[in-house]
Amino acid sequence: MTEIPSKTKTGLISPTRRGALKTLAAGAGAAATMPLWARYTSAQSAAPIKIGFGKHATGIGAAYGRWYERTSVAALAKINAEGGINGRPVELVTEDDGTDPRRAAEVLEKFANQSDCDVAFGTLFSHVVVGAAPRAGELKLPYFVVSEGHHVASGMLNRWTLQPGITDVKSQISAMAPFLTGTLGKKVTMIYPDYAFGYDHRDNLAPAIEAAGGEVVAKIAIPPTETSFTKYFPQIPRDTDVIYHVMIGPAVLTFVKEMGEFFGPSRPEIFGFIDSLEATDLTSPGLEFLDGTYFWEGNPRYLQADAPDYVKAYRDAVGLDENGASVSDPSDVSTSAHMFGCWETLHIIKAGMEAAGYQSTADRQKLVEAVEVMSMMEAGPAHPQGTKMFNGKTHQVFGPQYISKVEGGKLSVVKTVPYEETIYPDEVDYTSMSF
Amino acid sequence: MDFGPYLLLAMLEGAVLAAVLALMASGLSLVFGVMRVVNVAHGEFYMLGAVMAWVVTQFLAGLGGGAAVNFIAAAVLAPLIVCAIAAAADVTILKRLDYDPERVIVATIGLLYVIQQATLMGYGPDARPVVAPFNQRIALPWFEFGENGFQMYYPWGLSTTSYKLFVIVAAVVLLFALRLFMTRSRAGLVMRATQLDRDMATAFGIPVEKVYALVFGAGAALAALAGVLIVPIQQAHYLMGGDALLLSFIVVIIGGLGSLAGTVVAAVIIGMSDGIISVFFTPTLAKIIATLAVALVLVFRPQGLFGVKTR
Repeated sequence: MTEIPSKTKTGLISPTRRGALKTLAAGAGAAATMPLWARYTSAQSAAPIKIGFGKHATGIGAAYGRWYERTSVAALAKINAEGGINGRPVELVTEDDGTDPRRAAEVLEKFANQSDCDVAFGTLFSHVVVGAAPRAGELKLPYFVVSEGHHVASGMLNRWTLQPGITDVKSQISAMAPFLTGTLGKKVTMIYPDYAFGYDHRDNLAPAIEAAGGEVVAKIAIPPTETSFTKYFPQIPRDTDVIYHVMIGPAVLTFVKEMGEFFGPSRPEIFGFIDSLEATDLTSPGLEFLDGTYFWEGNPRYLQADAPDYVKAYRDAVGLDENGASVSDPSDVSTSAHMFGCWETLHIIKAGMEAAGYQSTADRQKLVEAVEVMSMMEAGPAHPQGTKMFNGKTHQVFGPQYISKVEGGKLSVVKTVPYEETIYPDEVDYTSMSF
Repeated sequence: MDFGPYLLLAMLEGAVLAAVLALMASGLSLVFGVMRVVNVAHGEFYMLGAVMAWVVTQFLAGLGGGAAVNFIAAAVLAPLIVCAIAAAADVTILKRLDYDPERVIVATIGLLYVIQQATLMGYGPDARPVVAPFNQRIALPWFEFGENGFQMYYPWGLSTTSYKLFVIVAAVVLLFALRLFMTRSRAGLVMRATQLDRDMATAFGIPVEKVYALVFGAGAALAALAGVLIVPIQQAHYLMGGDALLLSFIVVIIGGLGSLAGTVVAAVIIGMSDGIISVFFTPTLAKIIATLAVALVLVFRPQGLFGVKTR
């Protein structure tokens, strides 16, 4: 109930059936003429390559959208300064998807039919990706997602949807489980958001923990739009050794604060996915209890002492200070653990387009095929998060995972799990599917 | 967790929700009682209260004020600002619709989106925290008869914060003040006169239109006050009005539209049951039961628990 958008909550407005049909018919009509337009665009061109960016500008994913855009703009500035793609400049066409699956599918149609984008890119929230990806398949529009959900590698989506720039939850969990049971404790209680992304955690954590010799003693699901959390915490069993938490949405700060208030001085070990505090200042009042707890990070938020030069160059380009906040506003904390995926994905789109000899939208299929044959991606200016291995069959990349400890209000990396230890058997072969 | 401490925690959580709900729903109920219109934008006034609290505290923090001073200023200024906005909306929109109930519903839906999107454009899509004036964790003791006789201990997780207790006390005081205002003051008398018979009130020289603007503003101010009280616990976010509106409607329908006592009783019932059912079962079940209760009330007692049948 808490997830219903306010439109329907009042029970007074809902789109009419006729209106919806009209929109659909118009969209379908426009889509049907696609091959006709494409016929005239195959000539060698100096026109910019357009990348449609579905931005979570509003709705519950807004903080991610803001930083995804900053990272993407910085990546394209770098790519353009280095000569663009196939000698052509690249530009970002940004549309707000409202962190809403229905709107995101409409945005994809706009990219394909109105703004004539070459590819679509960007989306994070898994319910948005799952809702929009089928439309990308119908439009035959390459859709590069930066979502970290397991839905790409699980085979739920289609040949046009790829996730080459960010690792998925299943591999992240298999990297974390040995650390949890080995270092923190055997009995784990998990707290996760009650929708697709959370289910990836729910379904993959228990097997991974059991394989590592531990046990998940309770699973507590919380709706992503929830605003008050204390009422969920009594479900935590008394014999819990470790709390495993992953939460998203605008109320994450309340979630972590109330967890601290609940436990007081006698907390168990706590291991969180940094999603629970993405875009949130670790020194916010009420978070002092986190000192000594651990977090998974997709990419370290704080500048680490041993950071290589290409990491510093990436951070400078995006505009991050050493605390992982904006250089222009120290209270504007980044979504560091996820947004690097935008930077890397745009570099992969460049590499794919150059390998495919991409000229126009008629070459979209060649682009997908060129990305599918990619494999190793060495750490460097194009891949600042680390060395990765892309699996063309499952459309999913595998990369390093970071475990950080909170010390004095900052996160320091205590363990890095290389990509080799995060690989699991394929669950799908997209390359055997038709386009 | 043992049953006893568990129940106490559930009731504390429920009481905070009940306190905020009672304040907010009494605003909705006041507007309906006096003006006989349903304000669908009420949730947005709650959100505006929280957002204005952030704006005020942020502005004063820039001037170097302490958390407590800033919060008191926010608790005074935010409802006043929201009251002014609502009164302006009443004069410019509702008055021109002649307070026709159906058209007012549609107009306030429009107002809902205007306020929500204007907040999005001005304040942005982020959830921003307001620092509580004080916020100490209070571990609560529990008593039991064990092998050693009667003893006291501190169960794991049984705690609340001083600010949450303050919210409960503040809501009780404010509702008591509202009750006194409605029954003992001249302004309350005028409002009740307008509620009973608009035409007769006009005939007796009561400036009904002014009363309407003030009532609409006061209703919004109550919602804003609820928003100010909750924002140090939650955070100010442009979409926070939706759920609050739904719960307020549930409360006023169960309590009886226009009845202040009914609203308070229903808020306590809904808040407590939400807290207890959420803790022992799931929050979704709590919402299912609350909505089911609304359906049953509408079927068997359409005027609500404390409502009076309209003549």
